[in-house]
Amino acid sequence: MNFLSKEALVEVKNLKTYFYTEEGVVKAVDGVDYEIYPGETLGIVGESGCGKSVTSLSIMRLVESPPGRIEAGEINFQGKDLTKLSEKEMRKIRGNDISMIFQEPMTSLNPVYTVGDQIMEAIMLHKGVDRKEARRQAVDMLQKVGIPLPEQRVDEYPHQLSGGMRQRVMIAMALSCDPQLLIADEPTTALDVTIQAQILELMNSLKESYGMSIMMITHDLGVIAEVSDRVAVMYAGKVVEYTDVDTLFEDPKHPYTWGLMNSIPKLDKDVDRLEAIPGSVPSPLNFPEGCKFNTRCPLAEGKCFDVEPPLENATEGHKVRCWRYKDLEKIKERGERIYEDRGVLD
Amino acid sequence: MEWQEVLKRLLQNKISLLGILIILFFIVVAVFAPWIAPPRDADEPYLIPRGGWAIQPQPPSEEYIFGTTEGQYDIFYGIVWGTRTAFRIGLIVVGISSSIGIIVGTIAAYYGGWIDEVIMRITDVFMSIPFIIATIVLVTILGQGITNVMIALITFSWMSTARLMRSQVLSVKEDEFVQAALALGANDFRIIFRHIILNTIFPVVIQASMRMGSMVITASTLSFLGVGAPEGYADWGQMISFARNWILGVEGDPLHYWYTLVIPGVAITLFCLSWNLIGDAFRDILDPKLN
Repeated sequence: MNFLSKEALVEVKNLKTYFYTEEGVVKAVDGVDYEIYPGETLGIVGESGCGKSVTSLSIMRLVESPPGRIEAGEINFQGKDLTKLSEKEMRKIRGNDISMIFQEPMTSLNPVYTVGDQIMEAIMLHKGVDRKEARRQAVDMLQKVGIPLPEQRVDEYPHQLSGGMRQRVMIAMALSCDPQLLIADEPTTALDVTIQAQILELMNSLKESYGMSIMMITHDLGVIAEVSDRVAVMYAGKVVEYTDVDTLFEDPKHPYTWGLMNSIPKLDKDVDRLEAIPGSVPSPLNFPEGCKFNTRCPLAEGKCFDVEPPLENATEGHKVRCWRYKDLEKIKERGERIYEDRGVLD
Repeated sequence: MEWQEVLKRLLQNKISLLGILIILFFIVVAVFAPWIAPPRDADEPYLIPRGGWAIQPQPPSEEYIFGTTEGQYDIFYGIVWGTRTAFRIGLIVVGISSSIGIIVGTIAAYYGGWIDEVIMRITDVFMSIPFIIATIVLVTILGQGITNVMIALITFSWMSTARLMRSQVLSVKEDEFVQAALALGANDFRIIFRHIILNTIFPVVIQASMRMGSMVITASTLSFLGVGAPEGYADWGQMISFARNWILGVEGDPLHYWYTLVIPGVAITLFCLSWNLIGDAFRDILDPKLN
């Protein structure tokens, strides 16, 4: 699909969200750019602590403040810059134009209310309809997210439902006001694999029937492959690679993405050992100079330790933040690995 | 857990059932006080009628079935109408001070930062003053009377609820359903009252039921110390204060005037005991670790 011809629904420009802690400034999101086009699913993938959740919370303006603050950047949505709206204006957008579902379906529902009450809350808050109509719509939503016997389930409490059911209820809540953007923050991480597949399928089909966009935040490349149209790979608060999903899986250009791809087992290849990226994400309190991946990158040399590479077009529509992506291509052509043996290169 | 479930378990638990029965008994006494002990002066039912002016208490007789205490005040009448006073003090003091505590604690925890700091330091100041002394001083300043006693008790008893509530809210506000509600566009007021308070209220309810008894005891203490209810007012504490000179009985018979002390004492004890029993049972039922 080519989305580039259409106008973006959400345009995030140079977003910086910092946390001011006692130990210092944590640059959780440090200059992130991406767009989400109408009807597409943008996947955001990265390790924990890379800033993917904070990016989404910034769009919702739900970053806890203090200590967090959106330091710079724009989030353009329907001609408005969300970073400049008042809290009151933001409340009208939350749940109405942009909704969010969370990772833990077990705790995302309030245990003291029935699921119907909670879906109705969202409907009454934004649509201004009476209880009876809200209830009818709530039952309708439960039906749409595939909950059997919705008239009965609507009066049940969250503890009476299974994890998958609760995530369906969360989706029903999030979609009850026809949002244009659904932010899903690891929606399937807490579910077992068969339920995961069901939920992803449900989200895909609802996306089509509602014509909304989805921002899918996950650390699971499998989820990305299943639902995304385009992908932004994040590392240490920045986007390091940004392209459509097919290109990303066929031709990862950033050594980090390359490492992620090779760390998952493949059905069509017989490998003895999986490659692993050594080390862990540097603490956001003391990111290295230059490229933030240089502490773990087998290709890092000279320039990588001094100057941060820009996010540049490697090919049309394929952006990568690396000084040495061309060298990586050559290594790939030779069919070599980079992570197992640091001596491979020179 | 739903309310119906809690109620069912309260009734199944023998201890809390006993507490509930005692309280029900007191409620019946309080409600039917005008029929159980008809007042002589319908305009001032809380004034205990006197059976004369002699100082010495009189033992139970046909006319005064619990006897009369110092100054010939009718003990039976005092106990019956004192039940109303006890409920009034307990419910009003606990109700208002718990509400203050809930609001103060919730605001402090929910907004955090300097708001939390200021509110909790004020709370600390109030807590640092010894409770009984503080109430005695305040009642002395305001003047004797049940209303002033209640004001003093409220002023110095909201802090424990505030602290309890603060700690509860601090943990609940991090729950994902609060985030989820925010993400749906709910405002602070809605989040606090709809989502947070209902999820934090049970420990406060337990504490409140325990405090029902202790507030009545404190009010009695104040009456005993002479800064509570005015003389002749139907109040259990005052009845005990009347007994002060007769506690030792007469020479060779220390139990000679037992009725002046034992009867109001039993009333206070039963009242407090019943609330504590219910509070204990409440705690056991709601404590997930004990289930």
